[in-house]
Amino acid sequence: MSVVGPMFRMEGVSKSYGGVRALEKAGLTVEAGRVHAILGENGAGKSTLIKVIAGVVEPDEGSLILDGREVTFPSPAAANKAGIACIFQELSLIPHLSVADNISISDPPMRFGMIDQKRQRMIAEEALARAGADDVHPLAAVKDLPLSRRQMIEIAKALTRQPRILILDEATSALTAADVTKIFAVLKRLRSEGLALLYISHRMHEIAELADECTVFRNGRNVATYRAGTKTDAEVVEMMIGRGYSHIFPPKPAPVSTDKPPVIEVRSLTWYDRLKNISLAARPGEVVGLGGLDGQGQRELLLAMFGVLKGVSGEVLVDGKPVNISSPRKAKSREIGMALIPEDRKTEGLMLPMSVADNLSYAALDLFSRAGIIDRAAERAAIDAMMQLLSIRAAGTGISVGALSGGNQQKVVIAKWLMVKPRIILLNDPTRGIDVGTKQEMYQLLRRLADSGAAIIFYSTDYDELIGCCDRVVVLYDGAIKRVLEGPEITERALIASALNIATDEAASPAPGANA
Amino acid sequence: MSDWRYRIGEHKGTLIAIAIFAVMFTIYLVNHPAITSNGFSATAVANVVNTAANKGVLLALVAVAQTLVVITSGIDLSVGMIFVLCNCLASAIVVGSGWQTALGVAGVLATGLLCGAINGLIVIFGRLQPIVTTIATGAIYFGIALALRPNPDVSDKFNGDLGDAMMGRLPGGIPASIVALIVIMLVIWIPFRRSPIGRAAYAVGSSEMAAYMSGVRIGRAKFVAYTLSGLFSGLGGLYLTFTTASGAASLANGSTYTLNSIAAVVLGGVSLFGGSGSAIGAIFGAFAFRAIGDLLFDFDIEPLWQSLFQGIVLLVSVCIGAAQLVRVRNRLDLFG
Repeated sequence: MSVVGPMFRMEGVSKSYGGVRALEKAGLTVEAGRVHAILGENGAGKSTLIKVIAGVVEPDEGSLILDGREVTFPSPAAANKAGIACIFQELSLIPHLSVADNISISDPPMRFGMIDQKRQRMIAEEALARAGADDVHPLAAVKDLPLSRRQMIEIAKALTRQPRILILDEATSALTAADVTKIFAVLKRLRSEGLALLYISHRMHEIAELADECTVFRNGRNVATYRAGTKTDAEVVEMMIGRGYSHIFPPKPAPVSTDKPPVIEVRSLTWYDRLKNISLAARPGEVVGLGGLDGQGQRELLLAMFGVLKGVSGEVLVDGKPVNISSPRKAKSREIGMALIPEDRKTEGLMLPMSVADNLSYAALDLFSRAGIIDRAAERAAIDAMMQLLSIRAAGTGISVGALSGGNQQKVVIAKWLMVKPRIILLNDPTRGIDVGTKQEMYQLLRRLADSGAAIIFYSTDYDELIGCCDRVVVLYDGAIKRVLEGPEITERALIASALNIATDEAASPAPGANA
Repeated sequence: MSDWRYRIGEHKGTLIAIAIFAVMFTIYLVNHPAITSNGFSATAVANVVNTAANKGVLLALVAVAQTLVVITSGIDLSVGMIFVLCNCLASAIVVGSGWQTALGVAGVLATGLLCGAINGLIVIFGRLQPIVTTIATGAIYFGIALALRPNPDVSDKFNGDLGDAMMGRLPGGIPASIVALIVIMLVIWIPFRRSPIGRAAYAVGSSEMAAYMSGVRIGRAKFVAYTLSGLFSGLGGLYLTFTTASGAASLANGSTYTLNSIAAVVLGGVSLFGGSGSAIGAIFGAFAFRAIGDLLFDFDIEPLWQSLFQGIVLLVSVCIGAAQLVRVRNRLDLFG
């Protein structure tokens, strides 16, 4: 029955989104009874790889081989059927249904043509016990449960499908230490039962404890596969780095003198368990970066500063005076002068069907209005100035923003906020998915804005950008500040090491010959 | 045991709808002139209940039709038009006696099913928004109804015996219409609710992406929901024919029933965002909505005020439902 050779293999798999290559001729070999860890920094292609295996996206080219036979998974259901279960980050739970309903959603037990509630309940209780989550009531609605419990249900749900390959994508990121211990015991048992486990985590100590094999991904390729424990953390970091500097950054000026008072300062900002006691400040002329792995609280921090979140505690000071920013409207007011360039320009930044001109001016309409009437001439002049400043390429200001290229759309978003002449500019990963040329223009713009006296707080998932643009980088981990890197300390090595929360001195110090 | 807490939580909307109905209907009954003037005699009560039941069942059936679509997080603006179309059709083909009548009933119901199925197919394969789709198909269904019955027509050939039987009372004063409604729900709704397809319909409405990721058959769930919705609208149209023994392509009727069905669904605790609520709740929502409207007659208030009064009650109950938004932590969630 058992087939000699690997249980599952993928070869030469490529996938592009638009012009961006997420996977490029990637390969992976998965064996039964092993835990295979996948490592790589943000955007290395890990999530795309998993989505291909789980049938969520179809690859542009390449082959998937299960038990020596080539297979295709056009849908998650097809992958499930082949014995592949994937635990996403609480993506696949249905909020309004009960825990028991969720656990047997894809294959409920039947009796007389209807779902057998009693057996379903039993299955759920069993699965919850197996996953170590017996404190969850099977009849509770998923939407009422905290994140860590939902993640446990995801795991319980995947186990009921009796998979042969179990994929865990950052499955432990929301769990408490006690839960992780339980889950690890379960995973080790599954491994001994002959399952193949694919384990994606940014927590290096978890990988050290669990993995048999590791594969490092970089720029959409698998760059190295090694037996767990044969490489030091420093060597692993070294393998994850290695992207050439493809962007040209403007030169950084001398550091802003520390006796200059900050324009914006936050003190022990806390928001439920997502932001923990965060303090940082930015002086006029400074570009402060937010680093760390994706989803460690960077977005929430920007939203909290911009008045979007409710229930934030801590202090925000503008020009040294405490302020209460209760809404985006307050944030952009003249006395505060804050602007947030959002990450998702399509939903949060632009009104796609409306014209370039309308999009540019609506945040600043107050500035050109007199007695409630818009001064069309002033508006026109300001729009033209902005089109020039950012060299926005559009057939005219009357065409709809949706017709512009991604890079030009992003410029419109930025220009829109520059119209209000902000002194504090928050940027949420603004260069995601735009072309290199536009990126370069944006870096120069950032520096120009800083030079003209703005304080900039810049979150980016691209480490090169943080290195090239920032005077200081605050690295977040699990909602708290992990490390602050200043000036020459900002290196890719230091960024990755502190982002992964591993012993920084080992990885950050330039140990010559460490990767020999 | 602690199971109860969760079961009550799951059916909260339905329980609230039952409570609203109980209160409204009790007020309606004890103040009804026919009852007060007769000293609360059993016959008087039974008469009033029967009339209320016959009127309420019409909206209840259309409300169940609306619920089926709303659960999948859609909305169906054609329910009232299918209702009118099936009324016109029934007045023409539910004729004669015995097997001929049965065939006519089957034809009416098949038409309802077909209308619903067309809605479903357009929404699933055309990827159009349900609201746009059903405005368009609703207009078409109404057009067909108009072609069938250009003028309101009392059908002399309509099988009146069946109509009388469905509107009358069973031994013990129980309205036949209520019994019919219960039977319909037991035969169609309960199996649907407990089947994998029914669960899939809820899953799709709650989070279509999560449902897809879980390998749920999204298209099939929606198709069945829309098709059954058409069937319930058809049942409503058939029942209207029993009560009036005539068919009328009345635009006012179609629009009113469509909008009132949405009101009934909301009162019945079905979330317009999809994924939660029950058709049972919607039925009580429908009866409650009717009772609220009829209350005014008790107090001899001009019928002019009916719409305004119903609107206020609806608004208040929706506000209660929206109260949870006050607890949102991230204001961006308000727009999700």
